[in-house]
Amino acid sequence: MEHQLRRETPLVEMQGVSKRFPGVLANQNVDLVLFPGEIHALLGENGAGKSTLMNILAGLYHPDEGTIRWRGKGVELDSPRAAFEVGIGMVHQHFMLVQPLTVAENVTLGLNDGRMILDLEAVAERIQLLGRRYKLRVDPNRPVWQLSVGEQQRVEILKLLYRDVELLILDEPTAVLTPQEAEELGETLRQMTAEGKAVVLITHKLDEVMRFSDRVTVLRDGRVASVVETSQTTKAELAHEMVGREVLFRLEREEVQTGSLILSLRNVHALNKKGLPALQGVSLDIRRGEILGIAGVAGNGQQSLAEVITGLRTVSEGQIWVGATEVTNQPPLTAIEAGVSYIPADRMGTGAVGTLSVADNLMMKSYRRPPLSNGQLLSFDAIRGYARYLMESFRIAAPSPETPVRLLSGGNLQKVILARELDAEHSLLIAAYPSRGLDVGATEMVRRHLLAQRRAGKAILLISEELDELLTLSDRIAVLYEGRIMGIFPAAEANIETLGLMMAGEAIGNQIDSLVKSNQQN
Amino acid sequence: MDFALLISILAATIRAGTSLLYATIGEIYTERAGVLNLGIEGMMLMGAVTGFATAYHSGNALLGVVVAFMAGAGMGLIHAFLSITLRADQVVSGLALTIFGVGLSSFLGQRLGPGGGALVGLQGPHFSRIPIPGLSELPLIGDPLFNQDLLTYAIYFFVPLATFYLYRTRPGLNLRAIGEAPRAADAMGVNVTRLRYLYTMLGGALAGLGGAHLSLAYTPGWTENITGGRGWIAVALVIFSLWNPARAVLGVLLFGGINAIQFRMQAVGTTIPPQFLNLLPYLLTIIVMIAVTGYEKLSRSVGAPAALGQPYHREERGL
Repeated sequence: MEHQLRRETPLVEMQGVSKRFPGVLANQNVDLVLFPGEIHALLGENGAGKSTLMNILAGLYHPDEGTIRWRGKGVELDSPRAAFEVGIGMVHQHFMLVQPLTVAENVTLGLNDGRMILDLEAVAERIQLLGRRYKLRVDPNRPVWQLSVGEQQRVEILKLLYRDVELLILDEPTAVLTPQEAEELGETLRQMTAEGKAVVLITHKLDEVMRFSDRVTVLRDGRVASVVETSQTTKAELAHEMVGREVLFRLEREEVQTGSLILSLRNVHALNKKGLPALQGVSLDIRRGEILGIAGVAGNGQQSLAEVITGLRTVSEGQIWVGATEVTNQPPLTAIEAGVSYIPADRMGTGAVGTLSVADNLMMKSYRRPPLSNGQLLSFDAIRGYARYLMESFRIAAPSPETPVRLLSGGNLQKVILARELDAEHSLLIAAYPSRGLDVGATEMVRRHLLAQRRAGKAILLISEELDELLTLSDRIAVLYEGRIMGIFPAAEANIETLGLMMAGEAIGNQIDSLVKSNQQN
Repeated sequence: MDFALLISILAATIRAGTSLLYATIGEIYTERAGVLNLGIEGMMLMGAVTGFATAYHSGNALLGVVVAFMAGAGMGLIHAFLSITLRADQVVSGLALTIFGVGLSSFLGQRLGPGGGALVGLQGPHFSRIPIPGLSELPLIGDPLFNQDLLTYAIYFFVPLATFYLYRTRPGLNLRAIGEAPRAADAMGVNVTRLRYLYTMLGGALAGLGGAHLSLAYTPGWTENITGGRGWIAVALVIFSLWNPARAVLGVLLFGGINAIQFRMQAVGTTIPPQFLNLLPYLLTIIVMIAVTGYEKLSRSVGAPAALGQPYHREERGL
C-alpha cells in the first residue's frame, strides 16, 4: 500500500495552515497530504482543530496563513463553490440539509447547469443511479424532514457524489449510526476509494480509525502530532499521540450492593413535540447503587424518557414513581423535591443560562432555601461562598464566580451542571449524554463522578450513544427503539453486536442467545 | 344583493387589491430569503410620493412607476445593509424604516410640488382604466377583471410568474433554501448575502410599486398617509398566504373584498358594525398562525421560513 500511494501525485497538499478564532488558535502551522484512493483518518480530541482544518479545505473558513495545492497546483478555496469546482466536498457533523425541500431539491441546490427551469425528474433519476452504485438507497422525492438520520446522511453523501467530487470529507459520520449502519458506510467508502476517490474521516473514535482507514493524521491542540500508516500503529499509540499522555481505558468499578427501589416507570406513553408517539409503553425500575444504561440511536425516545421523569414532558398514559412520590405529570419542582437530579443533553438550553454567571447557575437549584436565601431575599455572601466551594471541589476553571457561563469551555460548562446537580440533595440522577463532545480528560472525570454516585447509593439513569461507555459503567442496559424497550439485560451479558441489532429494532424481548443464533444463520 | 352590487364589489376589490398584492408578493420574497421587513408601510409611502411627484413633473406616469420602484429598492437597500451586513435586529430596523418613510414622505409631499411647494391637492397624469375590447363585455367578471388600469393588468401576469419562479426554477430553489437553512445553502455554493440583499431590495421595490399604484391609479394624487396601513396588511397577508404568492391572491381578495363590502353595506344600511368587518381579516390571520405554529407537520411544509429574522455569518461558530 505504502509504495503504491507514494508513487502517485498527492491529491491535496496543505502547507503551514493556521487559523485563528477570537481567543482560540484552532490550527497552527498544519501540514497535511492526501493521496487518491486512500481513506485518511483525521484523529483528535474535541477542540483539536479537526473540523476547522477540514472547513478550510471545504471553502467555508479562510485560513490566516498557509497554502493549499490540488494535484500539485496552488488553489484558492475562498468559498464552498470554489471547493466543489476543484473537486472537494464535505459532509458536516451537523447536516447541511434544507428540511422542507425534497432529496432531489437538496441535491441539486446551488448547482449551475445553465438552465433556469428545474428538471427534478432528471435529478431524481441520477440520484437513483448513484444510489444503486454506492448502496445509498433513498427516495429522491421525499422531503428531507421525513427521513431518518441515517437516510439524511446518505443524502449528504449523494450531494457530493452528484457533483463528482474526488475528495470526500466526513465529519464524525458514525456518531448518528448504529454499528451495522456504520459498517455499511464503511463499504460505501471503500467503493469510492476503489474508484480512486480520496476520503477524509474526521473522528475521535480509535476503533473506527483502525477499522476503516489507510493512514492517520493525529491533531493535538491545533497541530499535527503524528502521521502514520494505520497498519503500522496501535490504538494505544494513537491514544497517546491524541491526548499527549497515557490513557487508561479501564475505570475502577466496584461491586455495590443494590438497595431499595428508587425509580419506577409503568407502561409510560408520551408524545413528542410533533404529536407523534415518543414513548410507547416503557416500564423500568432502578434501585439504589445501580446504573441503568439506555442504549439507542439518537431520536428513539431518549430525550422524552428523561423529560417525563423530570416533569418537562406530559405523560399520556402510565405512571412514574420516584421513591414514594408519584411524579406523573407533576411540575419539575415536584420531581426535584422527590430527589431527581438531571444532567440534560442540551447543556446551554436546558442545563444552564448562558448569560448568567457561574454563581447564578450553580445556585439555581438551592436558592429557595437557607443558607442561600431566607425564602424571599438572596444572600449574596452565602451564594458567592457556595459558588467558590463548588468551583473548587469540581475544579471548574473560570476566571471568577461572576463570569457568564457562555464564556466557559464545553468541559467546564458540564462541570458547572454536574456540580449543581450532584450537590443538590437527590436519590436519582438522570444523565443524558453526559460525556458527549467532551475531551478525553473531561470524559474520564464525568465517568468517575457517575461511578462515585453509584458507590454513594444513588440510582442512575444513564442515556448515552457511546456503547463503550454504557458497557463500562452500567449494571444493566435497556435498548430503546422507537419509544419501546427492546430488552433489558445485565451489562456483563451484552455485546456490541447484539446491542446494535436491537438498536436497529430487529428484535423484542431479552432472548439474547436466540437472537445471536438467528443472526449467525443469516 | 343584486347583480350590479356584486359586480361593483368585485371591481372595487380588485382595484384596491393591486397595491396590496404587489407589496405582499414583495414581502413574501424578502421573507423567503430569511429577512423580515416591517418597513413595508414606509416603503409604500415613499413609492407613492416619489411616483406621483415624478409623474407630475415629467408628465409621464410610467416614469413615476419606475422612480417609485427605485425609491422602494433604495429603502430596501437600507434595510438590507442594517440587517444583513450590520446584523441589526430586523424588527427594529423595519419599524425604524416605517417611521422614517412616514416622516420623509410627508416632508417630500410638502416640498416636491411646483416651486418647492406642496403636492397635496394637485392633479397629475395617472393610469386610467382601459376596458379590453370583447373581454370586458363578459357577464359578471368582464367589468371587474377587464376594465382596469395597466398596473392591475400587469399583476395578472406577475402572480403566476412569481409563483413559477419560486417553485420551479433554479434561482427560486436557491431563494427557498437561503431562508430555511442559510448555512446549508452556503455550503452548497449559494451566495446567501448577495441573494438576501437582492430580495430585500426587490421586496422594497415592489412595495414602492404598490405605493405608486395608490397615487397614480387607485386614488390619483398625493395625500399624507395615502397607504392608510396597507403596508401592515401586507405583512399580515404574507402570513395568511403561508409565504406562497398564489395564495396571496386569495388573501388579497378576502382583505380587499371585506373592505369593499363594508363601504357598500354602510350605504345599504346594515346592523353589522363596519369595525367588526374590518377586524375579520386580522382574526383570520391569527387563526392561520395558530394552525400553522400549532402543528409541526404543517409548519414544516407550509410554515414560516425557518431562518426568518436570523442574520447569517459564515465563520460564526455555533455552540
